[in-house]
Amino acid sequence: MSNNKELVTGAEGLMRSLEHQGVKTLFGYPGGSIMPVYDALYDHRHILQHILVRHEQGATHAAQGFARASGKVGVCLVTSGPGATNTITGIADAMIDSTAIVVIAGQVGTSFLGSDAFQEVDLVGITQPISKWSYQIRRAEDVPWAVARAFYIAASGRPGPVVLDFAKNAQVEKFEYEPVSLDFVRSYIPVPDTDPMSIIMAADLINKAKRPLVLVGHGVELGNAQEELLAFIEKADMPIGCTLLGLSDIPSDHYLNMGMLGMHGNLAPNVKTNECDLLIAVGMRFDDRVTGNLETYAKQAKIIHFDIDPAEVNKNVKVDITVLGDCKQTLRSVTEMILPNKHKEWIASFKPYAEEESIKVIEPEIHPTDGPLKMGEVVRAVSEATRHEAILVTDVGQNQMMAARYFKYTHTRSIITSGGLGTMGFGLPAAIGATFAVCGRTVCVFMGDGGFQMNLQELGTIMEQKSPVKMILLNNNFLGNVRQWQAMFFNGRYSFTPMLNPDYIKIAEAYGIPARRVLERKELSSAIEEMLSTEGAFLLEACVIEEGKVLPMTPPGSSVNEMLLDC
Amino acid sequence: MEKKLYTIIVYSENIAGLLNQITAVFTRRQINIESLNVSASSIKGVHKYTITVWIDEETIKKIVLQIEKKIEVLQAHYFTDEEIFSYEVALYKLSTPVLEREPGISKLIRRYNARVVEINPTYSAVEKDGMTEDITSFYDELQKFGCVLQFVRSGRVALTKSCVERVNEFLADRKARYLQAKQAKG
Repeated sequence: MSNNKELVTGAEGLMRSLEHQGVKTLFGYPGGSIMPVYDALYDHRHILQHILVRHEQGATHAAQGFARASGKVGVCLVTSGPGATNTITGIADAMIDSTAIVVIAGQVGTSFLGSDAFQEVDLVGITQPISKWSYQIRRAEDVPWAVARAFYIAASGRPGPVVLDFAKNAQVEKFEYEPVSLDFVRSYIPVPDTDPMSIIMAADLINKAKRPLVLVGHGVELGNAQEELLAFIEKADMPIGCTLLGLSDIPSDHYLNMGMLGMHGNLAPNVKTNECDLLIAVGMRFDDRVTGNLETYAKQAKIIHFDIDPAEVNKNVKVDITVLGDCKQTLRSVTEMILPNKHKEWIASFKPYAEEESIKVIEPEIHPTDGPLKMGEVVRAVSEATRHEAILVTDVGQNQMMAARYFKYTHTRSIITSGGLGTMGFGLPAAIGATFAVCGRTVCVFMGDGGFQMNLQELGTIMEQKSPVKMILLNNNFLGNVRQWQAMFFNGRYSFTPMLNPDYIKIAEAYGIPARRVLERKELSSAIEEMLSTEGAFLLEACVIEEGKVLPMTPPGSSVNEMLLDC
Repeated sequence: MEKKLYTIIVYSENIAGLLNQITAVFTRRQINIESLNVSASSIKGVHKYTITVWIDEETIKKIVLQIEKKIEVLQAHYFTDEEIFSYEVALYKLSTPVLEREPGISKLIRRYNARVVEINPTYSAVEKDGMTEDITSFYDELQKFGCVLQFVRSGRVALTKSCVERVNEFLADRKARYLQAKQAKG
């Protein structure tokens, strides 16, 4: 093309703008107000692969799964009104878990705005509080700019969801398309400045610390700072605990990795949080599921917080030193200034707790010899059979905690789960999204019978796309996590947690997805073998103990070191 | 923690929907805004919000950071009354017959340095600017005569005691550093 300016419709401009951003995959569902865009997409379908989901919520979670597995921006395309409101849960989930997605929704023409037109909803108004940025495109000529800005905002700094509300008149009007690239918004500072003094003071505290503990969060993954983190902790010989979303930042078997933090995390890092003399939080936000009772949380320790988001500082926990900035840079700077050190005794002091947990909780859960099938043993067996190299996707609830605890991680970007929002129904579509992001890695999703049914319709997407999702359904005929709380805190009154289930094998069969039900321990490994050796998708239904419990547990409101090993 | 009246000053791009985003930060915590004033600032294309709220210091710090996090917000700061000059304007609609009958009312108007902006046989309009407490006590005293037909007051407008609008420097610095970074990249 000699002249890159030519007259195109807003819809065609959107296609070109998406291609200009390097987009190759879209998750979407057509409808009235987005039809001009779908019409334009028809001509671009060989470059922009469109995955037709079965519900718009599925599109957002698939985009999240795609983003989390690939590190790229996930894209959704939906219509106005109900199509747009169906994306709300996914947008809120992406916001709280800092996931870069761009949701493009149709909107009625600008002349109809505010008139209660068919399928009109104030999407910008609805999504402003739950998105990083939300913008209405009212004129075709704004398309390239709005798309460039949307992708820049979604992916830069602390990532998050961006909403583009695309008015129908702007989709059909013609304008002169010219590609726009953008890396500056004057009112937006994606990465705050690092105060050099904060690095010096952090290094000083680390050098003086006798019992340092590092808390590793999702920010390390988002900042691609896994190597910097390893160099940092290895130089000063500091043990770490990981948040749920930070679990695959560091290999599970690394000698300094003491396991998962939080309510259902490992005993040692939780207990040691209240014994360390220096707590170093990296890219994590002191969520209440991690801290337990704030009144007693790490009161004995000095606290250093590395984060990219100034609004996270002193939000939940008051800290002594804040190191703002991109942790890839700040970890590198502070590592240069710290002295090589050894904390042999301190590290050894984690061991008795790890052993106690192993004997009382872990071994009976992952290597039981009699009784019904347990959730933990299924997870352990799948992790082993995939040589700990699969991408783990989870739904929410007991299945999530069991999977997070007993899966082992050898690669970065290996856990995709709904942490902050705790969205049941997240797992299945997120796993579909992950299969489009990675080549050659197995994607395993663990779900309960509750969450599986919340986006069950996405089996249709799996069928159509032949997505190689290995689905493991931990079926206990209960809404297990709520049932566990009812048993522990509500006198065993199982208010609406027992659930009558359909025949999941027949459901899979209806979608043409191979499936197998496992009732007994001795069938487990052969069933997993069958699942992994079958090409494409597979549903493995494990009928597990009905009243299984996730342990250990810090009861809500308790201190982080008051974990129950039994209940 | 002790609650105080804080004034928050926010500078933002002038776009539709931003007020919603700012107030949502308060709504989320169910914090009541005392007063709100939105207007163009001295910088072209930049809007200024002056918000007052009764709150404790710990919460105001978090709120200001969360406001500043909004993409189109340039800057947000909070101030105590000691750190700003603040003013409000109020209009009082008084019954002219009562005003004529009660000489105390015109004395009050002079004492409070208020201005009469309209007189007709039915009502008179009086304007007063000043501090929040002045405006309230003027109203209370007028009310003793039972002459107030309508009363309206503006939100607070405020100037900081530091000499320049910090947002000027902020914008100049943002641009310079962006260009510098771009040059460094080649």
